[in-house]
Amino acid sequence: MTTPIRRKARSSKDVEELLISLADNVIDAARDGADPVLKIPVRALSNVEFSKKTRVIELGGNKTERTFFNLGTAKKFMQTVLVGDALSVLQREGLSRSLREIYYRTKHTIADSNENTFDGQEESDPIIEDLEVTLECLREELHVRAEAAGTLVGPMTIVDDGDTIDCARLGKGGYAVPSIVEPEEIRIKRCTADFVLLIEKGTQWNALNEDKFWKRWNCVLLTGNGQPPRGVRRLARRLHDEYKLPVYVLVDNDPWGYYIYSVVKQGSINLAFESMRMAIPDAKFIGLSSRDPQNHGLPRNVGIKLNDKDIARAKEIKNYQWFQKKEWQTEIDLMLRSGLKYELDALANKDFRYLTTDYLPKKLKDKDWLD
Amino acid sequence: MPPAKAESSPTAVASKPATPAAVSPKPNAKPARVTAEQMASKQREISVAEFFTKNRHLLGFDNPRKALLTTVKEAVDNSLDACEEAGILPTVRVKIEVIPGRDGTTPPPAQADRFRVTVTDNGPGIVKDQLGKVFAKLLYGSKFHRLRQSRGQQGIGISAAGMYGQLTTGKPVRVISRTSPSRPAYSLAIQINTQKNEPMILDEQKLEDWPHPQGTQVSIELEGRFQRGRASVEEYLELSSIANPHVEFIYEPPDGPTVNFRRGVGELPRAPKEIMPHPYGIELGMMLKMLQDTKSRWLSGFLSTEFSRVSQRLAEEVCAAAKLKHDMRPRDVVGADGERLYAALQNAKVMAPPTDCLSPIGEDSILAGLYKQIRGEFYTAVTRTPSVYRGNPFVIEVGIAFGSDPAAKKKETPVEEEPLAEGEESHEDGSQEQGRVIRYANRVPLLYQQSACCTFQAVVETDWKNYGLAQSRGALPQGPLVVFVHMASAWVPFTSESKEAIADYDEIRKEIKLALQEAGRRLGTYIRKREHAKTEWKRRNIFALYIEEVAEACGRLKKGKISVERLKKQLQKIAEDRTGGEETDRILRKKREEEERREHVIVVTPEGAEGAVPTMLAAPTAGGGDAAAPATEAAAAEPENSGHQAELIPGALKPLPKSAKAAGPAKAPTKKGGKGTKGGSTPSLFGDDEPPKRKGKK
Repeated sequence: MTTPIRRKARSSKDVEELLISLADNVIDAARDGADPVLKIPVRALSNVEFSKKTRVIELGGNKTERTFFNLGTAKKFMQTVLVGDALSVLQREGLSRSLREIYYRTKHTIADSNENTFDGQEESDPIIEDLEVTLECLREELHVRAEAAGTLVGPMTIVDDGDTIDCARLGKGGYAVPSIVEPEEIRIKRCTADFVLLIEKGTQWNALNEDKFWKRWNCVLLTGNGQPPRGVRRLARRLHDEYKLPVYVLVDNDPWGYYIYSVVKQGSINLAFESMRMAIPDAKFIGLSSRDPQNHGLPRNVGIKLNDKDIARAKEIKNYQWFQKKEWQTEIDLMLRSGLKYELDALANKDFRYLTTDYLPKKLKDKDWLD
Repeated sequence: MPPAKAESSPTAVASKPATPAAVSPKPNAKPARVTAEQMASKQREISVAEFFTKNRHLLGFDNPRKALLTTVKEAVDNSLDACEEAGILPTVRVKIEVIPGRDGTTPPPAQADRFRVTVTDNGPGIVKDQLGKVFAKLLYGSKFHRLRQSRGQQGIGISAAGMYGQLTTGKPVRVISRTSPSRPAYSLAIQINTQKNEPMILDEQKLEDWPHPQGTQVSIELEGRFQRGRASVEEYLELSSIANPHVEFIYEPPDGPTVNFRRGVGELPRAPKEIMPHPYGIELGMMLKMLQDTKSRWLSGFLSTEFSRVSQRLAEEVCAAAKLKHDMRPRDVVGADGERLYAALQNAKVMAPPTDCLSPIGEDSILAGLYKQIRGEFYTAVTRTPSVYRGNPFVIEVGIAFGSDPAAKKKETPVEEEPLAEGEESHEDGSQEQGRVIRYANRVPLLYQQSACCTFQAVVETDWKNYGLAQSRGALPQGPLVVFVHMASAWVPFTSESKEAIADYDEIRKEIKLALQEAGRRLGTYIRKREHAKTEWKRRNIFALYIEEVAEACGRLKKGKISVERLKKQLQKIAEDRTGGEETDRILRKKREEEERREHVIVVTPEGAEGAVPTMLAAPTAGGGDAAAPATEAAAAEPENSGHQAELIPGALKPLPKSAKAAGPAKAPTKKGGKGTKGGSTPSLFGDDEPPKRKGKK
């Protein structure tokens, strides 16, 4: 089964030391009259490897050199040092803050100019990811939070910040999954569910919650509203590891749905270094599959024509190493051949409750999923 | 002869309605029909003056604002043409006064609706007997019947202005003229009889004490509107001063200090020669008329003497082709014969017309004009060789002034500006603003209908991206840029009688584009060179800025346990080693080598101007404004000087102590003449009126 790949968590002191090493790097180079350089692992498809052994995407060894005295990278180098400085403050003061706050904290006009250190958050976010990979620190270890964007409901009890929360009694809203769900912050006190259903869309999660699907099928309903954020993925992984719950992924029938599934299962290309603690190699793709419209009698007119981008993305995904299983090649080919994609919502064409009463029960009963 | 011709066309207009001869009167038709006889009784000749009274927009008097400008323009054009023809370096004084209202109070200029425009020149003067006709008879003049490059073409302008004034205020035109210092000046009040297109002299005085030794002064009272900015009198004079750097303009606006547009070159432009019409440029009707008017006895003689580039042999060939005897009387060639002759003439192989009828401004003078009126860092000018459209020779000239004034830039301290918020963009070097086109025909600025003008189209169609400027599709290039385009021709094809836009002939547009490309290439070379030096400099600068940030951040990370200053120094040393050090400094100081100098290019740096700087303007002027202003002020106070501008110039530009050599005259306007004279009045080309507040910054 799953091999939980754990690495020792870094203490706050460790993290601060690592951040200070950024300064040492500059100081040493300056003393030697050399160009200060940071070696940053490349976060791109070219530098990830699908490990057959661990069944997750792992970061390769390619690194890019970010040097200071190079017009192309000078600003980024400066920005990296600034962000490092700001992150060290979080460590020293025991705070955790959002990406956006770090952006604001490090933004100022450079003295004697009207140039800003950062022009937008889209400049500072990647720098933080760079530091995560370079220093091999997790985002939560750096005390950085993303926005909470996940919701959960199901037969489980959580202790969050001293509050005990019964996730079976949260009405229509559910529990908002925080971005940091490490055991130090979130303790899962009890969980009696049989499986986890991770749904792409909040709208479908709402429908399933309203229909009390999770009660009848004794499961945890989890959504990340699109590409699930780290907190959601990490929590699913914890439920999988700690309670041995199978994880089923329910997404739209389009290339983007495939990729959401694959991120849950094997990890993402951009954050490949986190795969080992995020990915759930045993996760299953429950739907919507390209075969479903036929199996469930969905008329062609509720399909949507694939656009050029969809087609390109589907072909791209088809080439990923971790999509080489025969059934996946068939699945993607089927979509490309039909030229159509289907939304989960399209099941409403049959009946408003079709998803709850027919589709999922049938899928679960028949074990009709892709691996 | 001239007036006769002039009246012929309106008569033709009048005769038209006569055609519906038979209007059959129906028995019980209620509405009273008019008989041909009754109609005939109402048909009468329309005088030219009457015609134009009703069609004043054709001549540029559409609205009060434009009327004021057109009046100035016509008077100035006349003055310049007269001076140049007489070989006198022109000094033209333009004065605009507000006429007090009926209640005796003088309204502020912006609200006033009545003005007196007075234009005084130092030209040859006009003999007394001609004054009436020149100023109060439409279509009277010496220019229409000659094929020669001149500002005015039809002899309508100044009398139309006088008529407009008369129509709107009831006041006659007041003219003073003196033809020589030994003769008295005459002052006449002249009115137009709009019915007969004849002048009426209301009042005539002999002035013994007119202060000018020679020249003409015309005063017109008119309804108008005074505004500054685009298409204002000031702009017109400024633009004129660019294309006519040999002219000195003195402008007394109603709302401010006197402005002096000083002379930039001390020589008159070459006088254009008169030419005969070229066969390809003539129309059938015109040829028929020439056949009637000619003094030649033989047809072939007529052709060879009254057309340019038609030799005796060619004339005989044309006659043969038209199946006409070469020795028949020209007067007898009428009807079908005339048409055959015309066709034969058009089909004949005739050499292109001679081009000595043209007087281009010349590259040096354009440079002088741009340089003295527009503050920038780069100037160039191109004069093409003559070309021909429809038998009319023409020359295209183009100039470019680019950049912001280095002297002004230097003064700015590039910090105080507020930091930019997210989503805001910086406006480096004013590059957001669109360039500007200034258009001329025979040295006269064209101020209206820019987008209808062939020159504008050519500028837009030129791909300025090739020359280092940004340009959106179908728009003018962006940047601190002024593009000067001039067409010189004996017959400039305007789109309308008010002479505001040049018609779009392929030959003309092509020539303009070729000239623009040549000038653009020079600009491109300059911009590239400048950019190159700038990036190097920027690079070091960026490192210097970032070093500050990085070192401070390292200091904080190390909790103050290191010497931030030492770290900075170490990093700066590395930066210098890696970015070219001295080499960059050298380029930055723009120590140009001799071979980099180019003809017809001026480059201005904070250290001064280099290249083809006109000698008159090159002299160190110690803040030209201060130096020039008192001199011209003096001229203004004692107008008798203005006749002798040759003496005036050295006075105005007398070399002063080398203290402030700097960017020559380009610097002048930044120091406003202490005597209330805006020396040179440079800035309105970029901004509106005020001297440069442009923030060119990175």
